[in-house]
Amino acid sequence: MTTMTDLLSPAAAPSVPGTVELHVGGRWLAVCAAEALLPGRGVAALLPDGRQAALFRDRAGRTYAIGNVDPFTGAGVLSHGLVGAVGDRPYVASPLLKQRFDLVDGRCLDDEAVAVATYPVRVR
Amino acid sequence: MADTTEKTLVLVGHGMVGQRFLEALADRGVTARTRVVVLCEEPRPAYDRVHLTSYFSEGVSPRELSVVEDGFMARHGIELHVGDPAVRVDRDRRTVTARSGLTVGYDTLVLATGSYPFVPPVPGKDAAGCFVYRTIEDLLAIEAYAAGVGSGAVVGGGLLGLEAAGALKGLGLDTHVVEFAPRLMPVQVDTGGGDALRRRVEALGVRVHTGVGTQQITVDGGTGRVTGMALSDGSHLPVGMVVFSAGVRPRDELARGCGLLVGERGGIVVDEQCRTADPSVFAIGECALAADGRVYGLVAPGYEMAETAARTVAGEAGAFTGADLSTKLKLLGVDVASFGDAHGTAEGCLDVCYSDARSGIYRKLVVGADGTLLGGVLVGDVESYGLLRPLTGSVPPVAPEHLVLPAGAGAPVALGPSALPDEAVVCSCNNVTKGAIRAAVGGAGAGGAGGGAGEHSCTSVAEVKKCTKAGTSCGSCVKVLGQLVDAELEAAGVEVDKGLCPHFAQTRAELYEIVLALRIPSYRQLLDGHGREGARGGEGCEVCKPAVASILASLAPVVGASVHVLEGEQAALQDTNDHFLANMQKNGSYSVVPRIPGGEITPEKLIVIGEVARDFGLYTKITGGQRIDLFGARVEQLPLIWARLVDAGFESGHAYGKALRTVKSCVGQTWCRYGVQDSVRMAIDLELRYRGLRSPHKLKSAVSGCARECAEAQSKDFGVIATANGWNLYVGGNGGATPRHADLLAKDLSDAELVRLVDRFLMFYIRTADRLERTSVWLERIPGGLEHVRDVVVHDSLGICEELEALMAAHVAGYRDEWAGTLDDPERLSRFVSFVNAPGTPDPTVRFVPERGQIKPEPILLSLTERVTV
Ligand SMILES: Cc1cc2nc3c(=O)[nH]c(=O)nc-3n(C[C@H](O)[C@H](O)[C@H](O)COP(=O)(O)OP(=O)(O)OC[C@H]3O[C@@H](n4cnc5c(N)ncnc54)[C@H](O)[C@@H]3O)c2cc1C
Repeated sequence: MTTMTDLLSPAAAPSVPGTVELHVGGRWLAVCAAEALLPGRGVAALLPDGRQAALFRDRAGRTYAIGNVDPFTGAGVLSHGLVGAVGDRPYVASPLLKQRFDLVDGRCLDDEAVAVATYPVRVR
Repeated sequence: MADTTEKTLVLVGHGMVGQRFLEALADRGVTARTRVVVLCEEPRPAYDRVHLTSYFSEGVSPRELSVVEDGFMARHGIELHVGDPAVRVDRDRRTVTARSGLTVGYDTLVLATGSYPFVPPVPGKDAAGCFVYRTIEDLLAIEAYAAGVGSGAVVGGGLLGLEAAGALKGLGLDTHVVEFAPRLMPVQVDTGGGDALRRRVEALGVRVHTGVGTQQITVDGGTGRVTGMALSDGSHLPVGMVVFSAGVRPRDELARGCGLLVGERGGIVVDEQCRTADPSVFAIGECALAADGRVYGLVAPGYEMAETAARTVAGEAGAFTGADLSTKLKLLGVDVASFGDAHGTAEGCLDVCYSDARSGIYRKLVVGADGTLLGGVLVGDVESYGLLRPLTGSVPPVAPEHLVLPAGAGAPVALGPSALPDEAVVCSCNNVTKGAIRAAVGGAGAGGAGGGAGEHSCTSVAEVKKCTKAGTSCGSCVKVLGQLVDAELEAAGVEVDKGLCPHFAQTRAELYEIVLALRIPSYRQLLDGHGREGARGGEGCEVCKPAVASILASLAPVVGASVHVLEGEQAALQDTNDHFLANMQKNGSYSVVPRIPGGEITPEKLIVIGEVARDFGLYTKITGGQRIDLFGARVEQLPLIWARLVDAGFESGHAYGKALRTVKSCVGQTWCRYGVQDSVRMAIDLELRYRGLRSPHKLKSAVSGCARECAEAQSKDFGVIATANGWNLYVGGNGGATPRHADLLAKDLSDAELVRLVDRFLMFYIRTADRLERTSVWLERIPGGLEHVRDVVVHDSLGICEELEALMAAHVAGYRDEWAGTLDDPERLSRFVSFVNAPGTPDPTVRFVPERGQIKPEPILLSLTERVTV
């Protein structure tokens, strides 16, 4: 059986410097190479305490991080959603039932009573 | 103890009108204070007789035809006696006796016994193989008998005769219609309309014999079975079965039996309250002879009578003084409408006609000497029915000759609903005037009775429907309603925004034209150059990104965009499913569907699918599109699964994309004794040609090898049915929640002609449809409908066919399997991980539990997830 490592040739390794870091549990955690964050598309990170974060980058290069688990379905899918904006407030639309979550404060734009966690994030 | 003051109402007949009457009683609270007993002759409660033929044409089951909401009888305490008809009424004692011997005393008796089919007294009419067509039992008997014969004839070419012909055709029989009058539907349409209708019906393969009578049904002396019909012109029509559809007669026998007055030609005489001469007895529906001296054979007037009788019983005012016989029908897939004085019987009236024999379109208006529109007949193109019917009785604002010309045939002015006077009834089912609709929107000075302007301020058709009930019954006025609402909003200064989303003011079709004309290769370029003012340079959204991604993918080879949907910028625009080339399921896992062109697969490949499913522990299910869906894959497993599938020669099935899904097929001529063409080969050819084609919505297709239509091609976006001479192409079909029968676009095509026409049709759809608009909706929406599409893709009326074909050729040449292209590209592959910082770790929220020997998603307790309450 083929394995993932067979398929991933060295060319996949990041060639542009810069690392995305997440502030969690009182310290900065390196998550991925900056290049892995495609503008408008997210990635998921597994946090040391077992929680999951979804990281995004917008067109202007700003990075965001919110909880990855969609509160409406319980599935870890927000990182797979599409990024959009209301005015210049960016949000991600859950791929399952399409509720939108503000990337800055984690609030659900379609249900006032719901929000997801947010995490400070930086590129170094 | 029983409340001795409680009154009893007995309803005889539980048909469409009887059920509507019960609903009207319940709405008025009568069922709560009255004992209601219903005697129903048929073995099942009321069902939708009007759509009987959908059993054959769309496979609707008898259960689905029911018009009685689940639990309705119990909720309202109604006693329903199914299969127990009333046999006697004793008006002196006020009792009804049923066949079972049950006798019920009544205070009020309502007769809703409907009609029976009239069978002309021709010799042989009772032979085995002779039927009528009115009930589900008739339909089941016809179906059973038809299995043993190859052809059938319908006696009668009226509305019901054509329905019956549709049923026989649906059963795969060679179908004939024999009509005594010189034309089809003699009651509703005139000679010209009848001719157009005839051409259309014959184009569907039904043989029409008009101006001939049926003299005898010929019968096999030995078996007693029908062998054919002897016609009045001396000919013999050999057929295996006969359905009589020569009109209906009111079932007034109970009324006659108890001395109630019936009309000369039948029908229980009632007054404007639907009451007989006996004040405690009412008659409604097809069994009644209404106060205007007519017996109505349509369901809408019956419903009005039901409402009137229920009001009277409840002590409210109400009257049925006669009904509009306007009808818009789809018979055998042909649109027919007639309204007002369709036959021009008024003194001094004149006809204005448009007739196009080639495409079977006929439109006639009857105009009074002073220019008043009196009525009309429309066949083949009934687009303007919604506007013309409400204009009846007024002088139209443009000359009538302009009103009969179809759109695009040189009509100088398109008549809009603004031409209607305020008192024009737009929705005749619910009697809503244009003025009332304007008032609902809050338009200027249109305050109708009961509400000043501004009291309502509906801003959409949905709100207006809710507020006025307009457009909620038959739906034929919805289009006009939409135009009225738009016009009203525009007049009120409310801007009607048809733009795609907050970032683009254009529709999808307009964006397509921009991308094509200016050869724009990227979303960014389109947004920054053509987005709304404030949106340029911004982020866009989940609506416009995939829509533009789809346009770019359809036009990739022409505009120089990347051909692979995960290449460069395109990757960030795709919907989640396209992004992972798989379908996300409820717990965040994905499903995988390899392409199986035409549904044909070798045992070796079937084994590979089985092995992959077993090795990765996937749940497997056969899809409706003749392929196999593998569920429960984690993101990081997708490339591994596909590496094996691609190795075995499989390709992406695009189950995740707004793209061609499958081309189903029946086994066709190669194996089937009925097949006339090789449907499997054609399905494979079509599927391989259009695989990967991105479109406004998913595309489904099928190819049937004969008229029996086992592949269900007429429920597909484009469907192909084999004929002895080639292929018939149907378009705009749909299953699902809003089923639509496909329309015949062209017939008897050669292989090459078929492919060329499908090329053009698909490219024209991709070019002009809205985002997420299936072909069925598109075909109904675009001005001119099917006729316009036929003009464009068959007759090249816009001169774009060459371009459409070239675009398709570019797609075909540029096609590459997306999965093979992903496995080859480490950069694309690197995205298939659950966690970017722990590529080997599976997502712990994706969990499964066993069920019936396979897996299913473990139910998630939402209270345990990270839900932050603010
Ligand atoms: C194939 C077909 C297509 C049609 N298409 C259209 C269309 O497109 N548009 C349109 O407007 N109309 C159409 N019609 C006509 C429409 O169905 C009728 O107008 C409508 O059903 C009349 O309703 P009703 O309740 O008066 O009669 P029915 O629906 O006939 O109901 C009467 C019921 O009473 C029962 N009954 C009779 N006597 C007794 C008794 N003594 N005791 C107990 N029960 C009894 C009968 O068995 C029957 O069930 C179509 C009809 C058919 C058959």
